[in-house]
Amino acid sequence: MSIVVDESTKLVVSGLTGREGSFHGLRNRAYGTHLAAGVTPGKGGQDVEGVPIFDSIREAVEGEAANTSMIFVPARFAAPAIDEAIESGVHTVIAITEGIPVLDMLRTYWKAREAGVRLIGPNCPGVLSPGKANVGIIPAQFFDPGRIGVVSKSGTLTYQIGNELKQAGEGNSSIVGIGGDPIVGSDFIDVLKLFEADPETELIVMVGEIGGDAEERAAEFIAAEVSKPVVAYIAGFTAPPGKQMGHAGAIISGSSGTAQAKKEALEAKGVRVGESPTETAQIAVEVLRG
Amino acid sequence: MDLLEYQGKQLFAAHGVAVPSGEVASTVEEALAAAERIGYPCAIKAQVLIGGRGKAGGIKIAADREEAERHAGAILGMDIRGPRGEGPFRVDRVWIERGSEIATEHYASVILDRGEKKLLAMVSARGGMDIEAVAAEDPAALVKRHIDPTRPFTASAARPLVDAAGLDEDVRDEVAAVLAKLAETAPAEDATLIEVNPLIVTEARQVVALDAKVTIDNNALYRHEGLAELDAEAIEDPQEAMAREKGLTYVKLDGNVGILANGAGLCMSTLDVVAQAGGAPANFLDAGGGSKAEAIVDALTVISSDQKVGAILFNIFGGITRCDEIAKGIVEASKQIELGVPMVVRLDGTNSEQGLEILAAAQLPDLHQEKTMLGAARKVVELAGAPV
Repeated sequence: MSIVVDESTKLVVSGLTGREGSFHGLRNRAYGTHLAAGVTPGKGGQDVEGVPIFDSIREAVEGEAANTSMIFVPARFAAPAIDEAIESGVHTVIAITEGIPVLDMLRTYWKAREAGVRLIGPNCPGVLSPGKANVGIIPAQFFDPGRIGVVSKSGTLTYQIGNELKQAGEGNSSIVGIGGDPIVGSDFIDVLKLFEADPETELIVMVGEIGGDAEERAAEFIAAEVSKPVVAYIAGFTAPPGKQMGHAGAIISGSSGTAQAKKEALEAKGVRVGESPTETAQIAVEVLRG
Repeated sequence: MDLLEYQGKQLFAAHGVAVPSGEVASTVEEALAAAERIGYPCAIKAQVLIGGRGKAGGIKIAADREEAERHAGAILGMDIRGPRGEGPFRVDRVWIERGSEIATEHYASVILDRGEKKLLAMVSARGGMDIEAVAAEDPAALVKRHIDPTRPFTASAARPLVDAAGLDEDVRDEVAAVLAKLAETAPAEDATLIEVNPLIVTEARQVVALDAKVTIDNNALYRHEGLAELDAEAIEDPQEAMAREKGLTYVKLDGNVGILANGAGLCMSTLDVVAQAGGAPANFLDAGGGSKAEAIVDALTVISSDQKVGAILFNIFGGITRCDEIAKGIVEASKQIELGVPMVVRLDGTNSEQGLEILAAAQLPDLHQEKTMLGAARKVVELAGAPV
């Protein structure tokens, strides 16, 4: 097993005719993901390397039985594209686009919840289930199939940790990039729930960063609902308050959202927190091997 | 981006929230002329993005022309530090507004609550002081209510909050109307924080916003032309201005170790590891995904223009980004710019071996390769020496 994407994924990519969309969409196909369709309004009937293009996501769902949508359109058109995906009949929407206005995401978040559609992202690297499917921009070469689930706000940090796990001989059930924006479709808790229920996952690595209180909430949830061991890493100990560190969500406002507070909240619930990506991978391996 | 008080007030006025009339000035002459037009008494207020201006001497009331000139002269050009030692912030403009006859001071705000994914409206009868202290001392004094994202937040929806806050009966309708207008301003202007402290009731029983703290979502500036212009002029740090021009994500810090990494998370992690190794990062710079040679030339130009930088750490984990491209960028940059400081490079991930070969072949002076993040951090801290 694995979570969010697997062999049953039939992917439709909004923005497949664009430069980034076609590069990554076709890379996902080369990995073995079932790339069913692309969507670009006005280009219906064309194809990208044999992948049929439709004018709307709904048409792709009707024509190719697509069940998972990936959003690769520019930021200012992305929220309406996600809304379209939510209404199209797919069960999962993965939004890669960076820079979507947060109040647009506020509306879109509730739309997805009401429709019962799983939304991952935006501003995320996507989801990889090694050996099964890759939806997004995660470089698959650093991840083997295995028993560690990874959920992360950051892309490159995840690759770093995944590579260290691989070198230690461990692989992953799934890697879920939830994104670094203030409002994301799925939080740590949503993904922790899935890993807890996934029989293949034996340990969960959680990669957080400054801003918001998603890590603190996850700590509470882990104590109450997660039986599997969780190892965490938090980035941003040296970030000063009030400065946005790259990700739109990575900003310490007032006295909340610091890395120290997150580390303490997690440790108080028995979650071990690594000092560096390397140490985090080492702890994960150590816990798994007893 | 955060708005200055007067910019926030102009936004409020555009959305029907009453504010004192006033003018902005950047010289004593302008300030005096404005005060003469506005009349006395008038308030002269330093425009800086920090709380505690009053205590720092940045807000004065002028009773006449002579006082207006004296206060404007004292405030313009002064350096203000925040209550937690932030800054200093140099005052380059003041806001002069008509003096208000204050009967009572209250608090109102609308902020984005990330955890709940809703806007949160707050109101308190106790304003004019640190609201966090009020909430800590007497939590019931700060009334909070999440706004239902599926319904408009009207004055009648806001009224129960105002009732619960216990404001004077005769102004409750008006305060509820103000709260509803603030809640309408947030999505209209892409504001993630709107705070009015104090929201005053005047002797004439009018409800007026006497201060304004507003944060606008940078991702939405493309659809707010006027606000985008304010943002462009707000950047004072020369490196941050240069980085913005070149489209780089750069944040200036206080230390002497220049940092360049790819990805926001890895970059933050790099700062942390440098600090663990005993160093002090000079900046945050995310070179982004798929960085090409040109972007690296730009990044190194910005980092090395900071005189404090004693050494530079390049921490790259290539995913989509290819390490051979990064290495070519480093070689190219060293031809184009005189760095003058040592550089430590750690390349891992996609095509890292080719990248390392390119660097080795180029035989760049004062370039050190390290295999791990921690090893690279230790090396760069040693090379940077003590902070200046």
